[in-house]
Amino acid sequence: MSVRTDLPSPGWRGWLTTDTPRSRTQARLGRAWAGWTTFRRNRLAVAGLLIVAALVAVAAFAPLLAPYHPYAQDLGSRLEAPGAAHWLGTDAFGRDILSRLIFGTRLTLMIVVLVAATAPLAGLVIGTVAGYFGGWVDTVLMRLTDIALAFPKLILALAFVAALGPGIENAVIAIAVTSWPPYARIARAETLTVRRADFISAARLQGASSLRIILGHIMPLCVASLIVRTTLDMAGVILTAAGLGFLGLGAQPPLPEWGAMIASGRQYVLEQWWVAAMPGLAIFIVSLGFNLLGDGLRDVLDPKGD
Amino acid sequence: MPTLKRGLTLAATVAATLLGLLLVTFLIGRVVPVDPVLSALGDRASAESYAQMRSQLGLDLPLWQQFLRYVGDVLQGDLGTSVLTSRPVLEDVLRVFPATLELATVAVVIGTILGVPAGVIAATHRGRWPDHAIRLLGLVGHSVPIFWLGLMALLLFYARLDWVPGPGRVDVFYEGMVDAVTGVASIDALLAGETDIFWNALHHLVLPAAILGLYSVAYIARMTRGFMLDQLRQEYITTARVKGMSETRVVWRHALGNITVPLVTVIALSYAGLLEGSVLTETVFAWPGLGLYITNSLLSADMNAVLGGTLVVGTVFIALNLLSDLLYRLLDPRAR
Repeated sequence: MSVRTDLPSPGWRGWLTTDTPRSRTQARLGRAWAGWTTFRRNRLAVAGLLIVAALVAVAAFAPLLAPYHPYAQDLGSRLEAPGAAHWLGTDAFGRDILSRLIFGTRLTLMIVVLVAATAPLAGLVIGTVAGYFGGWVDTVLMRLTDIALAFPKLILALAFVAALGPGIENAVIAIAVTSWPPYARIARAETLTVRRADFISAARLQGASSLRIILGHIMPLCVASLIVRTTLDMAGVILTAAGLGFLGLGAQPPLPEWGAMIASGRQYVLEQWWVAAMPGLAIFIVSLGFNLLGDGLRDVLDPKGD
Repeated sequence: MPTLKRGLTLAATVAATLLGLLLVTFLIGRVVPVDPVLSALGDRASAESYAQMRSQLGLDLPLWQQFLRYVGDVLQGDLGTSVLTSRPVLEDVLRVFPATLELATVAVVIGTILGVPAGVIAATHRGRWPDHAIRLLGLVGHSVPIFWLGLMALLLFYARLDWVPGPGRVDVFYEGMVDAVTGVASIDALLAGETDIFWNALHHLVLPAAILGLYSVAYIARMTRGFMLDQLRQEYITTARVKGMSETRVVWRHALGNITVPLVTVIALSYAGLLEGSVLTETVFAWPGLGLYITNSLLSADMNAVLGGTLVVGTVFIALNLLSDLLYRLLDPRAR
């Protein structure tokens, strides 16, 4: 009977930072805590996290935060400069720009979530299947991926929307369809590093099916790099969606989509600059937030990346 | 022999990629809710002439045969006729493409002139404020919507400060005064001996090219920084320093000289990106290039023009990717 000397230091912090976790949950939480302490040191990344959190909060509480209804027209006070009544001014229909920006967060968030939920998932499936099976499956899938990777994304998205018809759903589809290839490459690379590992062989010897191995053992290991890449890509997704909106191919009026708002302010830009300037600032802040967050996450989740 | 084999593999990859691009544009063309027969004949066509036109357009064939026909047409330079201009799409595209090329070329030159030194300085000042400043600038460049930046730049430099002329390639009264020999406004003016128009064209080019170039600055600077950091760790750098060589010479001559090859490929890649990025810039600056052509066609549902333009941009994009790959192999003896 020996006396245990490795008792954790007291308190929840000690429980988290112990190097002898007693349970799986404790180990996981401990790792998350270690990641958080690394992340916290990067002030820019924390700023990014705050911006993204603010985006979510504003989208959730939009009706409470917006001083006006986003569609409420007041032709008596159209194109009013920023002031006490309308902090960011009004547009050509006398609608309050701030309120429209606040409700626009919902559209931005919807686009981001829809693309983030589809393109990386497709890439994950293609990449892990190619990497796990190897051989001709790998050759065929990766050739397809390389071909798709060589396409110009924005132009193809434009052509897709042109064919499907303008609209926010079609814009999302076009962006998702053109952005899966990098995820497939990353997932395959991750799969190749683990597929010969002993724990995979052990699972196979125990009779696990390929499906089970890919779903249960390989995919979870690819998730970290995919999250980093997805976060970094979200800025690009927001910019592409805004660009489609600006060209009149994304969200249609009167939806308060930021790119479309810039387009509608374009003809007044030389005199009433705020109509086009404010939505652009909103796009800039949000995509900067995702870029900063992605940069910080890369340092925490994927240290070998940089 | 391995060179030949590699060449064949490369050729096959390029061919497959181009075929893939054709397949995508073909399929996009199929999804369009516009009935090509009705758009050719009008709404009141009789059932008989409808069927006749349908078989004339090859729409009664199986899909794969239609695709083969499409590939054959494209290979013969037939991209269909634009509904908007009622001219062959290929003719239209060739007419507007030089403007895009001009814009993207000047933009990539700006991006290189600013991006490479920025990357070198970031590498030599690693972890100190110039490094952070350049990184932050890069992040800002990656986060700003380019069409918005263009609008704001027009507001500031054209409307408020009057430093640059407004949208378009030359002032209105100069338009059409010189023959389009190359299609590049400034070069055409020089060829015609019109120096006034030449300077005017350059003035018009500065702002859109700078805005577009900013996009590649961030990318080129980041890659340069990475390459430089690798070089500065090498022993030959230490040797050069020990021998008493000036730091300027070590950094700008020896280290930078050794990363020329990867840099060239990076620049070629960002050139491809700029060709594509010019779509939105051209719209803002009323720059009569391929981007403006495609977006105008989009808004009037002129699918032949859209798909033809997409195909041309895609082909150039793929060619530049290939070129950067080839340059790398050609310039770097280790990759051969």
